[in-house]
Amino acid sequence: MNAPRSTSALLYLSGVTVSFDGFKALNNLSLLVEPGEMRAIIGPNGAGKTTMMDVITGKTRPDEGEVVFDGSADLTKLDEADIATLGIGRKFQKPTVFENHTVRDNLLLALAGIRSWYKLLGAAPTRAENDRLAGILSIIRMEEQQHMLGARLSHGQKQWLEIGMLLAQNPKLLLVDEPVAGMTDVETETTAQVLREVNKNHSVVVVEHDMSFVRALGVKVTVLHEGAMLAEGSLDQVSADPRVVEVYLGR
Amino acid sequence: MITRFLWNGMSRNLRLFVLLVLAIGIALPLLNQLMPRTSPFYVPAYVLQLVGKYLCYAALALAVDLVWGFCGILSLGHAAFFALGGYCMGMYLMRQIGTRGVYGNPVLPDFMVFLNYKELPWFWHGFDSFWFAAPMIVIVPSALALALGWFAFRSRVTGVYLSIITQAMTYALLLAFFRNDMGFGGNNGMTDFKDILGFSVQSDATRGVLCFASALALAIFLVISAAVVGSRFGKALTAVRDAESRMRFLGYRVEGYKLFVFVLSAAMAGIAGALYVPQVGIINPSEFAPGNSIEAVLWVAVGGRGTLIGPVVGAFIVNWAKTYLTGALPEVWLFALGALFILVTLFLPKGVVGLWGQIKARRAQPA
Ligand SMILES: Nc1ncnc2c1ncn2[C@@H]1O[C@H](COP(=O)(O)OP(=O)(O)O)[C@@H](O)[C@H]1O
Ligand SMILES: [Mg+2]
Repeated sequence: MNAPRSTSALLYLSGVTVSFDGFKALNNLSLLVEPGEMRAIIGPNGAGKTTMMDVITGKTRPDEGEVVFDGSADLTKLDEADIATLGIGRKFQKPTVFENHTVRDNLLLALAGIRSWYKLLGAAPTRAENDRLAGILSIIRMEEQQHMLGARLSHGQKQWLEIGMLLAQNPKLLLVDEPVAGMTDVETETTAQVLREVNKNHSVVVVEHDMSFVRALGVKVTVLHEGAMLAEGSLDQVSADPRVVEVYLGR
Repeated sequence: MITRFLWNGMSRNLRLFVLLVLAIGIALPLLNQLMPRTSPFYVPAYVLQLVGKYLCYAALALAVDLVWGFCGILSLGHAAFFALGGYCMGMYLMRQIGTRGVYGNPVLPDFMVFLNYKELPWFWHGFDSFWFAAPMIVIVPSALALALGWFAFRSRVTGVYLSIITQAMTYALLLAFFRNDMGFGGNNGMTDFKDILGFSVQSDATRGVLCFASALALAIFLVISAAVVGSRFGKALTAVRDAESRMRFLGYRVEGYKLFVFVLSAAMAGIAGALYVPQVGIINPSEFAPGNSIEAVLWVAVGGRGTLIGPVVGAFIVNWAKTYLTGALPEVWLFALGALFILVTLFLPKGVVGLWGQIKARRAQPA
């Protein structure tokens, strides 16, 4: 299933290998994400999912292989800040919202735009900015909580706010690592809806264990095992695959 | 237009508080001037002096809170900016003495004659003019804050290391100003002031005007601070305080934010120091003592860190207690200060102003 190199792909990984002291966390991994696509990555613990995210964001350098973003940018040559500027946003597992700021102010701080102190001194949010905020608040379903302080949010709400802050930076590709860990079933369901909404204007790669969540996303699934791709297709297709069944049930 | 903008940016409580500060600054001097001495409403000159002094301390506390409460920079050297502003004013006041000094030298202040200076050191030139001294009161402390902050913030010195650097700065200045050959009067400092802008510093009317000027300065600082912390800049500032690395991650260059408030705060402290000196009639190196800066931090903690009203309230409470206790039970004061610090950290993390908020919140809850 090795995909040929294509300039039309948004994200292109080919033959990526990462070793930690001889142990191959990623082993000749290839992956192709099309513009506008949302992809779910599943796999047992230690399969290399987070390491793959680290490689894409420049946190970890691969020993071998190609990582190409947007047809031309070689991510193996860029650092984390450059990659973020190119338009890859990453949500970490642990939410870090500003606790003493309201939901709205959290988003305003994250909004792509003015960063210099002297410009912010006199600046009021522009109409365009307010429109963007309204759009994001609606996507993450937090219009009613917009004046609530970050500290008072539930775990689930913090995760959604994080996704909103990621959106505010307007990346082309969002990487989301285990968004529903520790969420209730209802929150998990809402998160799936939020990500589907996000996917209308952004490409998304989401890593998750939770099968009901992946089912709710309803997108193409890549199964990772021991640092390599084991299977790819719809959730029904991959869960019918005997090798996938063995990996998951054989644990 | 801009005043209206500033005014609208303030909360109702803060507006009332600013008006209260101005009312005190106007009422006390008027009562002193207009009431007969026998009237119960007569305000003696020493009260004007005391309140004027407290108002200057309150302005210093506000300056400390601006960097500590809103940006997380625990400066333990803010008294140095206060003292530098004070020295600039002191130099102006010294040059006003003229031939009325003990040695009657029209140019050289007494301590220079005593130390056998033949001519005025270069850095004393211009200080005979108030319009030269006034900008210096702002420029000198700001320039020091800019230099220190530039190096510290760019090298990402934070937390306790930054506090130690600021403490070292004020200690270094203390030692430097103690030296006679620095040209600032050594350990005696500067005193025996006669006039300010042609008016006797001893007269009740001048004391009244200085008290009012201190209230006005504090009121203006409150309005400026409210505008700064209430702006989008202020939101970013408190975000830097709470999660600096996250802000960097979002693409903010946090050094600029820190440097701006640090310099603004130093300028405020300098002006407060300059208003303080003619009211107490002396400036000497003890103003640089490390303990002074720490006390200013304590005023903020007592009143309420991260609020604008808190530092003013804290400065008044602690200094009133200090004036009372050092008079009544001098040996108790230091212990009282220590105990206060422990009590506040343990029981009043948000200071007196925070306590008030808690009580109000409890009242508002249905029983
Ligand atoms: N910095 C590291 N040093 C050594 N081993 C690592 C490091 N990071 C990850 N690993 C190992 O690589 C494997 C894959 O880890 P990870 O990508 O976190 O898996 P997943 O996110 O799929 O659970 C694991 O066996 C893990 O122990
Ligand atoms: Mg992981």
